Parts: sequence; C-alpha cells; structure tokens
Amino acid sequence: MLTWIVILILAALSVVTFLMGRRKALASAGGSPAKMHSLPGYYGTYVALWVGVPAALLLFVSILFGGRLEHSLLITNQPPILHQLSVEQKELFFQDAQALAEGRQTSEAVYEPDMKVALDAKANEAKGYVTAIKQGTFALMAVLVFAGFLWTFPRLNKDFRARNRVEGWVDGLLMACSIVAVITTLGIILSLVWESLRFFNSVSPAEFLLGTHWSPQIGMRDDQVGSSGGFGALPLFAGTFLVMMIAMCVAGPVGLFSAIYLSEYAGPKARAVFKPLLEILAGVPTVVYGFFAALTVGPIFRQGFNSLGGLFLGGPLNELGLYLGQVQNQMALVAGVVMGIMLIPFVSSLSDDIINSVPQALRDGSYAMGATKSETVKRVVLPAALPGIAGAFLLAISRAIGETMIVTMAAGLQAKMTLNPLETVTTVTVQIVTLLTGDQEFDSPKTLAAFGLGLTLFAVTLVLNIVALRIVQKYREQYD
Amino acid sequence: MPMNRDDSASHAAASALSDPKAAGAVQGPPVKIRARDINVYYGEKQALFDVAIDIPEKAVTSFIGPSGCGKSTFLRCMNRMNDTIPICRVTGAIEMDGEDVNDKSIDPVVLRARVGMVFQKPNPFPKSIYENVAYGPRIHGLATGKDELDAIVESSLRRAGLWDEVSDRLLQPGTGLSGGQQQRLVIARAIAVGPEVILMDEPCSALDPIATAKIEELIDELREQFCIVIVTHSMAQAARVSQRTAFFHMGRLVESGATDEIFTNPRDSRTQDYITGRFG
Repeated sequence: MLTWIVILILAALSVVTFLMGRRKALASAGGSPAKMHSLPGYYGTYVALWVGVPAALLLFVSILFGGRLEHSLLITNQPPILHQLSVEQKELFFQDAQALAEGRQTSEAVYEPDMKVALDAKANEAKGYVTAIKQGTFALMAVLVFAGFLWTFPRLNKDFRARNRVEGWVDGLLMACSIVAVITTLGIILSLVWESLRFFNSVSPAEFLLGTHWSPQIGMRDDQVGSSGGFGALPLFAGTFLVMMIAMCVAGPVGLFSAIYLSEYAGPKARAVFKPLLEILAGVPTVVYGFFAALTVGPIFRQGFNSLGGLFLGGPLNELGLYLGQVQNQMALVAGVVMGIMLIPFVSSLSDDIINSVPQALRDGSYAMGATKSETVKRVVLPAALPGIAGAFLLAISRAIGETMIVTMAAGLQAKMTLNPLETVTTVTVQIVTLLTGDQEFDSPKTLAAFGLGLTLFAVTLVLNIVALRIVQKYREQYD
Repeated sequence: MPMNRDDSASHAAASALSDPKAAGAVQGPPVKIRARDINVYYGEKQALFDVAIDIPEKAVTSFIGPSGCGKSTFLRCMNRMNDTIPICRVTGAIEMDGEDVNDKSIDPVVLRARVGMVFQKPNPFPKSIYENVAYGPRIHGLATGKDELDAIVESSLRRAGLWDEVSDRLLQPGTGLSGGQQQRLVIARAIAVGPEVILMDEPCSALDPIATAKIEELIDELREQFCIVIVTHSMAQAARVSQRTAFFHMGRLVESGATDEIFTNPRDSRTQDYITGRFG
C-alpha cells in the first residue's frame, strides 16, 4: 500500500518538475520558444527524467532484491532449536517466517509449539527488516529526487542544450535494451556451462561423447551411480543426425526448386498466391506437424512398408519381407519427412530472397548472349546465389537439429545406435525434454545430463550458425 | 506477347520504304537492319512512336538524345530483349537481312546469338575470365573440344583488346577486373558467339576517360566485321566513333543521317538545339 503511494508521489513529482522546468526555460527566453536552444518540452522532460528515473530504478531494484536481502539477514542468527531441522525444513521455516512477516499465505507445514514460538520470533525479526528496507529505500529515493532536481533545475536557461541531453537518455534506453538481450544470453550460456560442469563431475566427457549406451533412468536409483554406462550420448547424436539428414533430403530440393520457380518462372499472379501460402505454412506450430506425423503420415508409411514387405515374403528376400512386415508407426523416416515439410517454407523463402538479390544485369547479360531461361538459371543465377543458398541450408539444418515436437511424437523414444530410417530413434532435444519434465531438483546425473546435452547441442548449432552467417556475408560483399 | 503485327502497320511500312528521306535510308553500304513503324508501349504508356530507320552493315550507328527519349528502348527491340519485360508491347516491323525479327518463326534465343549486346554497367558473370568468354560458345555448342574452345576464348579476348592484360590470369574472377577491363571482357563475351550485330547501351557511361578511349578505339576496329549500334549520351563520342547518327526526342526519331551531316548541318531545329547544348 505504502509502496503504491510512493509511486504515485514520484509520478506527481515528475509531472510538477516537468512543468517547472518548462516554465523556467521559457521565462529565461522571455516567453519566446524561437529564442531557445530546444523546444520548451525538452527542458521539462530533462528535469523530470533526472527526478523520476533514478528513484524509480532504485525502487524497482529494492522490490526485486529486498526479499533476498531480508532472507540473508534472517538466516545469519539462528536459534539453537533450528539445528534439529533438515536443510529443506530449515528453508521452509525461513520462507514461512518471511511470509508471516509480509502477511502472505504460509506453507502447509505444521510446527510444534516451541518451534512455533521460534517462528513467530523470526517473523517479528523479519518484519523489522522489511520496514527497515522499505524506509531505507524511500529515504534514498527522496535523496535521489532532490539531487536530480538540484543537478538539473538551476542549470536551465534558454541556451541550455536540453534536446541533446534528452536524446542522450533515449540513446541510453536503446543501449540498455540491447544489453538486456546480450546479458540474458550470456547468463543462459553460463548456467549451461556451470550445470554441465557439475554433470561432467559424475560422468566423464569421453564416456558422454563416445559411449553408445543411453539409458539415463538407471542413474535415478540409489544403488547405482551415474557412471554405470547409461550416459553415452552417441545414439542420440546419431538419431539427431539421421532425422536431420532425412529432413534436409526433403526440404533441400523441394524448397530450392520452389524458390527457383517463385523467383524466376512464376508470373506475378502465381507469386502473389504462392508466396503468402508458403509463409502461412511457416507459421504452423510444430506440435501440429507433430500430430500430423504421428496420426496421418506414420500409419500411411507403416501400411505402405507392411504391404511392400508382403511382396517379398517367400521369395529370396524373405528376411527383408519379414522385417518390413513388422515396421511400426513410429520411425525416423516419418519424423524426418514431416520435419522436412516443416522446413520447406524456411528454405524456400530464404533461397527466394537470395536468388532475387542476384542482379538483373547478370540475367540480362545471359539472355543477351542467346541463353534460354533454364540455361540462365543453371549457369548464371544459381552459381551466383550458391553461397547464399548454402547459408540458407545451414540455417535450416540448425533448425532441424533443434526441433523437438515432431520427433517426440513421431520417432519413438528409444535411443538406438542406428542409421536405418525405419527404426525408432530419439534425438538430443527430445531427451532433454524427457529428462527435465516433472523435475525441479537438478542434482542427479539424470537431470544434469540434460545440461550436458544442451551444451553440446548449443556448441554444434553455434558453429553451424557462425559458418552460415560467414558464408551469407561473403556472398553479400560480392555485388557491392 | 510483344510481336503483334497488324496489317495496317506493315502496309505503312511498305509505303515508308518508298520514301528514303523519311525513313533515313542509306545510300552506299548495304542495309543490315530495317525498322518501320516501331511503336513500343510499357503498359499504358507509349515509349516509342512510329520509328523508322535503316542501319547499315559494317558501320557504327549511334543513337543520341536526351534521357528517356526511347533510344535504349529501341535498341532493345532489335534483339527482343524487351520480351523479358512482361508489360512491354512492341508493334511494327524490324527486319534483319530481310527477315522480321518479331516473326513467330524466329526464336529470340537464336536471334540474340546473332545480335550481341553490351550494357551500360559492365556485367561480367561471377565466374573466371575464361568462363565468362566461354559461356556463349558453350551454351550454343560452338566448340567441339577444349582446344577449339581455348582458341575461341583467345581470339575473342584478342579482338576485344584484352588478351595481353589477362592472358596470365584467365582463371581469376572476371569481377576482379577494373571497370574498363570488365566492359572489354563483356564485349569479348559478346564477340565469342560470332554475332552479326553488336548493340551497345551507353557502354562508356560508367568508365573513366582513359577506359572510354580504349573502348572507342575497340569499337572503331570492330566495325570492320560487325554492324554496331551504340546508344550514347556523349555527343563527342557519337561524333568520334559513328558513321551514322540518329537523334531521338520524346519517343520519336527526329532525324538520322551521316554523322558529319547531323553534326554540321542538322535539318531539324530540335537536333540543332540538342547538339549545340541548348537543351537535353
């Protein structure tokens, strides 16, 4: 409640100082904006920014980290009665104390009477901290508001460069936004590396990267340790590679040829129809592709292979016939083909842009030599666009590697070391999902394995993306 | 498609043939290209009006005129490059050696092998110098073996005056050459197919004076073997390289004739104004 009042006061102060600044600057120019360096509003904004923003930031930080500060103050002095509690119980105890102090709902834990006394004492202590933190914050805010005002207001006169200063703030805002993006990414990478290091403490990197046996569930049992041979990630990478290759065999040619059609052959009308349609296809959620794969494509493929197997029965290829006869709905081929379909718009729209950026002068030059359209496309346009198209393919590959839903639903979950597209396989991303769903404690090798997989996957796609971007860049320089 | 030809147009063409003055007919050298009643439309907008001209064999004809007057459009009619622009429509008759180039029996692909073209901005393919020149002979199957192809590439580069500068780096990219060299490479590429006519659309406008001088020298040599048509904004260039000049204005051919006559004694006041720099 008090916090809301403070926020309102701060907003009101900003408005008032805005008006004051504007008025003072105007007065110094004798009421004529034309004689001022900046428009009058800039002077007001300048003052208001210095008055409002630092205090608001402080309040934000205090709300964000106040609870943590309170917590660490609270646990410094523990009454002896707490020593009988386990680590988790202690954690719960302090959380409840804080909740009591702030008037929030406590946990459902039941406390013994003497424990209850300790809890109430701690809650009182916490209440004191809460008030102290709040009061400290408000006092500091008041100081910031005054300082901001004194820093800016006396300097205002008609020659003061308020516009440049305000634009400096905008610069800062823009930069802050990009820093947020970079820092978040860095944080994700760091946590990935950190957790992976914990994982590699219990499982050696060599076994993880080169082992061929993947069954992480074993690691959950107490009588077996993580290094029991269940953490060889090679089958996962083989599965990922297999599905990715199948997907690219579908998306590569189909996407590229449709891009050639759209950019070179299609008339304006056909283009106006196909291009938006392809882009809609790119917007279909992958989970929809997933059940399309599992419910439609999978059964069709199984029936196809089963009846194909029937043809071989009794012949010299009897074995093959028997094998095809028992193929199931779930296989790498289904996941790969549907993933390929998903990637078609991706490949075709990127390739289309690249082919379109080949200068018309080159096509004219070729036509003027008496080349046909097909010769021009084959011998001039495609070679010129080749590096860019390669870049598009690499980007598609890194998407294929990162794709999860389709494989989860259509390829089965068994980690098999195989390159046979009719077998069930599983991929790195699918395993990460299955390892982490339903878990909140990241301390067993089973859950930590997810971070190891994530880090390896990240490294692979990072390299692919860097290579792809380098190729695309090199290609761009060619015509400038 | 742009090859609409109605009877009234060909009728008018026939009558124009009997009036050598209006048609700008040539006395002396044989006529290579004869155009009558050429009208070109870009969508609704008409870009050329009733253009009629005779272009002689083994000589340089230059088209001059202010920007947007239709000279490049007319140039592109002669090898049907306007076919590649969907909204463009051409009516009238252009005869090369007495054959209508817009006739249905003429394949524009074959026509363009006979009528080479050089563009304003050098546009070598992003391939090696050798492959640039070999491009045309390859797609038209002009060489039966590697030796023959080598010979065509060398002679084309020699005729374009580029051989001595690039003979030691034939496998390096053509895009790495200087602007003037690129333009001569493109000319070599056009020559390699063995065309009868070479169309040049402001071939020197992107070049410095020294490179321009080299190209002009080259054009002067090439006219002994080819019929050359050059669009230029530089009247000095037209005067230097061409034997015949045609002046275009607002989509119409104002007058055409021997170059020295056009420049010293123009019949039309608009030509007079343009070449003396009063407009354009």
